[in-house]
Amino acid sequence: MAVLDRPAGAGRPHVVASPPGTGVEAPLPDRVLMKGNEAIAEAAIAAGCDAYFGYPITPQAELLEWMARRMPEEGRAFVQAESELAAINMALGAAAAGARVLVSSSSPGISLMAEGMSYMAGSRLPVVLVNVMRGGPGLGSIGASQADYLQATKGHGHGDYRVPVLAPSSIAEAIELVGDAFVLAERYRTPVMILADGILGQAMEPVVPRFRSIPKPTADWILEGAAGRDPRVVRSLHIRPDELEEANEVLQATYAEITAKERRWAGESLDGAEVVVVAYGTAARVARTAVERAREDGLRAGLFRPITLWPFPAPALREAAAGARAVLAVELSAGQLVEDVRLAIEGTVPVFHHGRTGGMVPSPDEVVAAMRKAWAVTPGKAPTRPGTVTPETAPGGVR
Amino acid sequence: MERSTIFAGFGGQGILFAGRVLAEAAMVEGREVLWIPSYGPEMRGGTASCTVIVADRQIGSPIVDRADHAVVLNPPSMARYTPLVAAEGLLVVNTTLIEAEPGRDDIEVLSVPCTALARRAGDDKLVSVVALGALVGRRRFVEPGSIHAAFTRVLGSKRPDMIALDIAAFDAGYEAGLEEVIA
Repeated sequence: MAVLDRPAGAGRPHVVASPPGTGVEAPLPDRVLMKGNEAIAEAAIAAGCDAYFGYPITPQAELLEWMARRMPEEGRAFVQAESELAAINMALGAAAAGARVLVSSSSPGISLMAEGMSYMAGSRLPVVLVNVMRGGPGLGSIGASQADYLQATKGHGHGDYRVPVLAPSSIAEAIELVGDAFVLAERYRTPVMILADGILGQAMEPVVPRFRSIPKPTADWILEGAAGRDPRVVRSLHIRPDELEEANEVLQATYAEITAKERRWAGESLDGAEVVVVAYGTAARVARTAVERAREDGLRAGLFRPITLWPFPAPALREAAAGARAVLAVELSAGQLVEDVRLAIEGTVPVFHHGRTGGMVPSPDEVVAAMRKAWAVTPGKAPTRPGTVTPETAPGGVR
Repeated sequence: MERSTIFAGFGGQGILFAGRVLAEAAMVEGREVLWIPSYGPEMRGGTASCTVIVADRQIGSPIVDRADHAVVLNPPSMARYTPLVAAEGLLVVNTTLIEAEPGRDDIEVLSVPCTALARRAGDDKLVSVVALGALVGRRRFVEPGSIHAAFTRVLGSKRPDMIALDIAAFDAGYEAGLEEVIA
């Protein structure tokens, strides 16, 4: 049948009996369409999440709804708490008792959870938090945003702590990163954040509905009853400064190890790129299309996509940008990621920024224009006649 | 190959459903697809839209600034989305509700009385399905048989009674798209 008459690699060779009355053969449903929010939820269930705590907020509501239905089916704990403050502290308690815990919210709700996150970091509790970002500040809008970058990567609550931040740019990648988040959380005894945005949460893409289950490591710190052994203590309070400093040194050693071992990124078309675009999540997808359009027009552009926002893949970015004449950070914010880009580049290459705020998303052509401008106002590695290059005369510029 | 389609109209015209069916059809063909609804405050004001991108490779931007196709079912949607159609793209216009001309001569305009055809097929809520049929009839970027299969997948467990009706409405639109019928 025509349904399956597709180029090599595009189709799947499974055929089942026709649904009555349709007159076509239907391929096996080996992929299903899932919303990002739903896929993240189901991936957490498959990974072995024991307990979910949350409070509804757009644009992550489907994540909570999915958990409300599926967690009881699996005989696991689902609690829609009375507030975000309650949810995060329930998560703290459940994690201390050894449960594998997921919490999700969107920007204003994450702010409310900041205190609990600081306590969990201080108590060294493995919890996975999902932030499906929306426009801010304040109650903001429900549109997609990346304006919580600094909050996520530089610390939400008080104190010297960091959490690993994973940034998916597709639903398939979000599924992978949910499993990775639980692995990191338990390996390093730390909260881990998945930083998504409203578009990733609301969009549907095909996914193969076979998610990873994550083996649970044995832990010698969980509070499960002290019968027959010495009691254990999980806390962030160390009232003696010397003891608190010692606890901080343990945290800092952990962060150093995470930074050394867990930095992740992806690159496209970086070889010989004159303009290196840096973007994550939804902005990286817009940037990918922009890079393709720019290259079709003769501008040698490449994409550097951080997957871990903390630890930031600074050495890889510095190396990728070494031969470029300009680096352009593209984000759904007024300029947050660009700060880490500048720190990574250390002044070796001019760094530019293009961002939209409030729930607005740049179009690919808008990003192409920003790339041309960055190219035009920077001196090339190869000699160019000074004063002759403008955005209009840059490769692919308006002619 | 990558084809982007914007569906837009009133809430209640089945905009999200038609996009979902197209996405499902592309998926059963083994292709990459991305469906994204407008979920902003405009939904509460009574209009709805969604974007579906079908491709034979990894999909980049979920934001479409050069749509290959736009399906507009009411006047505000035509005003808003006609400028986004790429040169030589296709605009499907529901002439039952839209009298104005789109005002572009660099795109193909397919005028179909979608609401009237939906009513004739049995239910004027199927207007988006008729429009989807017209789109696929004119620009065959997915197979009509895949759309038929998609109705079964999407409606199978919830509203199996609607499958035959949806297929009839799709086929009516498909014929209109094929035959360049302008009523």
